[in-house]
Amino acid sequence: MATVEISKEQKPEPAKAPVQSTPKTITLRISRFNPSENTEKKFEEFKIPVQKWTTILEAILYVKQNLDHSIAVRYSCRQASCGSCGMKINGKPRLACYTKISELESNVITIEPMNNFPILRDLAVDFKQLFSTHKKMKPFIVNEESEVQSSTKEFIQTPKDLEKFLQFSYCIKCGLCNSACPTMATDKSFVGPQGLAQAYRYTADNRDQGKKDRLKIVDQSHGIWRCHFAGSCSNVCPKGVDPAMAIQLLRGYLLGFRK
Amino acid sequence: MTERLSNREGIKGMVNPTRYGLERVAYWMQRLSGLGLLAYLIGHIYETSTILNGKGAWNNMLSLTQTPGGHIVLVLVIGMCVFHTGNGIRLMISEGGKGVGKPGQPEYPYRASSLNSKQRLCIWVSIALAALAMMYGAGVLLGD
Ligand code: HEM
Ligand code: SF4
Ligand code: FES
Repeated sequence: MATVEISKEQKPEPAKAPVQSTPKTITLRISRFNPSENTEKKFEEFKIPVQKWTTILEAILYVKQNLDHSIAVRYSCRQASCGSCGMKINGKPRLACYTKISELESNVITIEPMNNFPILRDLAVDFKQLFSTHKKMKPFIVNEESEVQSSTKEFIQTPKDLEKFLQFSYCIKCGLCNSACPTMATDKSFVGPQGLAQAYRYTADNRDQGKKDRLKIVDQSHGIWRCHFAGSCSNVCPKGVDPAMAIQLLRGYLLGFRK
Repeated sequence: MTERLSNREGIKGMVNPTRYGLERVAYWMQRLSGLGLLAYLIGHIYETSTILNGKGAWNNMLSLTQTPGGHIVLVLVIGMCVFHTGNGIRLMISEGGKGVGKPGQPEYPYRASSLNSKQRLCIWVSIALAALAMMYGAGVLLGD
């Protein structure tokens, strides 16, 4: 059996007493709105105890369990993988499960539904447009030949080929980018950074032959040219997708700077 | 769907440059300076066209524009022009897919490589050049 040298820094330290954390009390201001009741949006305040590691999602769930169970919130994985829990936290779109209260350095935390998405209720927003735009980008490998037919060989892809699209394939469709985008704020038909980044993800894949189709889809009046490279999408993306980069690279194809 | 239900941020959100870093500030300044220059161009064409109405009308216009107020506007125009050109060149290159970083394996804490230090440097240089040009312009126009 091979032995692995553990470097000095990595050697486990002798067991210490468990880290003590004193809970502190913060105020959560949660936006409440139910479109079916046709009342105005309003904030409700909850004082809750939090630890150093408490996330926004945990804090909301604490409120639901102990103070007001009627708050509508969507979540699933609790680990920044499903893309369900995007919301506006202290003015910026973030994943609730991926944002610790301590990192916000504030004793009052304002939580609102993400902008640029219709509100279903309270913090839950409607993703219909994001999903339908995503589908329009042909988010699959377009290739006449197929790996699954027995007569064909597998498509060869080197690590270098993989790197060209890998980061864009990490998109969890959380919509934070679309919520931060200044074009999205005023143009309801804009494709948006999420969709454009996915158009690039498949176009940059060397197994794919759908480039011409996808370029045609994004090259329209509410398409790629409405991006002004404000970079806000990449500023908020929790997965390192960097949609702003994908959009400029995609535009490079259309302008003939890239092949 | 009504705008209230769609929860779009609208122009108020679009023009709010405070939340998303320097690149968003540059976006806002490019837009503002572009519109400012457009307004100046239209005003300037109007101003200079008064010469068609004879010497009197032209001198009348000059008495309005060749004033400290008029010169402050010109200093602002110099600043807008320099920033808009500098940042505009950065945008033209970047929006063609150059200088926006290379795709790779994202590593925590996931700093976006399109928002890189070269981009930020170009923005700061555009701001600095605009400030210098404004100072020079102010010296010439407003100095004794
Ligand atoms: C060498 C000079 C100039 C360069 C390099 C330049 C470059 C640019 C670029 C690249 C953009 C697009 C930015 C984006 O993607 O958001 C832009 C926008 C704009 N420019 Fe210029 N420009 C110049 C001069 C001017 C002048 C003289 C005017 C006015 C008469 C002007 C008015 C505008 C306007 C109104 C916009 C639209 C702003 C927006 O939609 O955000 N530009 N310029
Ligand atoms: S690109 Fe990033 S911010 Fe946008 S939907 Fe995908 S994971 Fe979320
Ligand atoms: S709950 Fe899945 S991303 Fe936050």
